[in-house]
Amino acid sequence: MQLLKIIINREFKARVRNKSFVVMTFMSPLLAVFMLFLITYLSKVNTEEKKEIAVYDPTDKLQEILFDTQKVTYHFLDKASLEQSKDWVVSKKLFGLIYFAENTESKPQITFYTDNSPGPTLVSDIESKVNEYYWRQDLKSQGIDPELFKKKQNGAVIDLQSFSGKKTSKTATYVKMFFGGTSGYLIMMFIVIYGNMVMRSVIEEKTNRIIEIIISSVKPFYLMLGKIIGTSLAGLLQFTIWIVLGFILTQILGAFFTFDEPQTMTSAGSFDLPILIQSIAELPLALMIVSFFLYFIGGYFLYSAIYAAIGASVDNETDTQQFLLPILLPLILGVYVGFVTVFDNPHGSVATLFSIFPLTSPIVMLMRIPFGVPWWQLAASLILLFVSFVVVVWFAGKIYRVGILMYGKKPTYKELYKWLKY
Amino acid sequence: MENKVLEVKNVSKSYDNYLALNNVSLSINQGTIFGLLGPNGAGKTSLIRIINQITMPDSGTILFNGKPLSQSHIKQIGYLPEERGLYKSMKVGEQVLYLARLKGIEKSEAKTKIDFWFKKFGIESWWNKKIEELSKGMAQKIQFIVTVLHEPKLLIFDEPFSGFDPINAEIIKNEILLLKEKGATIIFSTHRMESVEELCDDIALMNKSNLILNGNLSAVKESFKQNIFEVKLKIFEEHKSIEAIHKKIDIIENIFDPIKNINSFKIQLAQGKTANDLLSELSKAGSIILFKELIPSVNDIFIHAVKMDSYAIA
Repeated sequence: MQLLKIIINREFKARVRNKSFVVMTFMSPLLAVFMLFLITYLSKVNTEEKKEIAVYDPTDKLQEILFDTQKVTYHFLDKASLEQSKDWVVSKKLFGLIYFAENTESKPQITFYTDNSPGPTLVSDIESKVNEYYWRQDLKSQGIDPELFKKKQNGAVIDLQSFSGKKTSKTATYVKMFFGGTSGYLIMMFIVIYGNMVMRSVIEEKTNRIIEIIISSVKPFYLMLGKIIGTSLAGLLQFTIWIVLGFILTQILGAFFTFDEPQTMTSAGSFDLPILIQSIAELPLALMIVSFFLYFIGGYFLYSAIYAAIGASVDNETDTQQFLLPILLPLILGVYVGFVTVFDNPHGSVATLFSIFPLTSPIVMLMRIPFGVPWWQLAASLILLFVSFVVVVWFAGKIYRVGILMYGKKPTYKELYKWLKY
Repeated sequence: MENKVLEVKNVSKSYDNYLALNNVSLSINQGTIFGLLGPNGAGKTSLIRIINQITMPDSGTILFNGKPLSQSHIKQIGYLPEERGLYKSMKVGEQVLYLARLKGIEKSEAKTKIDFWFKKFGIESWWNKKIEELSKGMAQKIQFIVTVLHEPKLLIFDEPFSGFDPINAEIIKNEILLLKEKGATIIFSTHRMESVEELCDDIALMNKSNLILNGNLSAVKESFKQNIFEVKLKIFEEHKSIEAIHKKIDIIENIFDPIKNINSFKIQLAQGKTANDLLSELSKAGSIILFKELIPSVNDIFIHAVKMDSYAIA
């Protein structure tokens, strides 16, 4: 145990002192925040360009419908014909021309002539304004007050409630998707990044040839275990720093930049802060944190033991490709199954199966937990994960033990199987 | 009976279809330097790895100070592998400390010992250097310190001089002799036969997974001598004498130096004759300048024994 501690200590320090770790840890949150602001800034600049659009409307109806906004200025033309209007727009180099022709059925016929490509929001904005105008006209012609109608319309809201009496809402579903998806995705990222780190470190010891000195002092299994644990601690440190740095940076930068409230949030009205807070509070947070921890340990150890065995069987990193694909597949599958199946039907048979299968369960189960998972499934999934974790670490230890002393040839799967019996 | 540090009894080991060690038995006496010799692939490293408990034998037993080899003996063994290296980006001091602690030495004790060795080699200033900043020879010195730092009772050096320049090789050789004086037992695996002659008390020769020769170095040499004598002779009457000698003595080689008028012979002693018989024959033919029995070098023994073994197998 004492030796294991010494190894963990060294592996942790070796990871943390590595230049790329320092750069990654401190630069990537900066970079991420910088990119975020750059994107917001650029999109702001983009939308600030005002579009000038001409309107040729013999019926003069559009003057009641389209008003200048921050982004668009409308020029209402009184030309004799459509052709003349077109020529004028082209000569003035305006953004486009809207031609309105009312046909006999009270449906408007609108054509938007433009050589630029108008964004979908611009087009749908005009469409909805025209539609609303006609809708109001229709109601009025039937003797109904549109304002009153609107008020009455909003009366019915479907209350979502589980049989045990828990109230839910659509927002709550989104919150669950967000939290589940993020934790599942984080675990996948962590496994890939830090599994690779373990593998590279094993290859380094092998090519350095220090391995024989070390394993004449400690059992290879302890070295492997110490490496895996030490590296995971470095990873946890990195994540913690990211979270703290990310929080601080957004606070600082947020003070300098003022955001326009995104329009969708204010106008759509579906965004409701109290409901959001309530639905976060209603998440099984304690269970989520505990299971994140458990699945993190199980999943990370399961995979990094395989990564360590791969590192031990090859002489250099380029030889790892053929062995890496089979372990990347279940990880990618887990994320896809999570994002597609779980969000669509969190308790469907596919989602349930993948959340119990140990190679995908750390990802898929974490995505399912916010939606509520039966205890027996959680227990089955965890037991299976930890049983296979022990089995895989044991097998990986065997391959590792033989592999670290093998030089010069790229092993095949058949040879790896033989190593298990040495 | 001498005190045996290590006894290897009927050890066999095979990998897959390949037999690496075939029923090897040998024992190593306390306070001696034991030369483990053999061509590449003979099984030396396999045996050394088993002694270091890096791998386990398929059959057979190993006794360390009379007790079956176990994990508790690891602290008492120091191993310098042939293929060696260190963490490139780790600082020298930290690295030696880490490897010492893996051998079970407490931190403070390890530091004192490291100070001692660093001073001895005059490398105190290297503590904060990284291995990648050192030359190969410098790294080898660090490696030597790592091997001996925990004062093991049994030291195993696999090709210890490879990578050293002659000056550093001499330093290391003297250190090895000092360790022996202090009572350490040393297993020494090498291809450099001259260092075997110089250092080893006992030798074992391995070939194709088998132990083909084992024993005290001088006894082995004695058993390999072929009763060949080197003689320098100033012959009295050239033609007559040579013919007379030829009749009685089996001359293998004859080189004549006309300026000094000296013949250099290599002579095979005939069956049943003694060196004295030969001497008296020779003294009749001329005045003897040199008379010496040719004792085979370890190199000769090595080549001879391996060849014989290969014939035997073929």
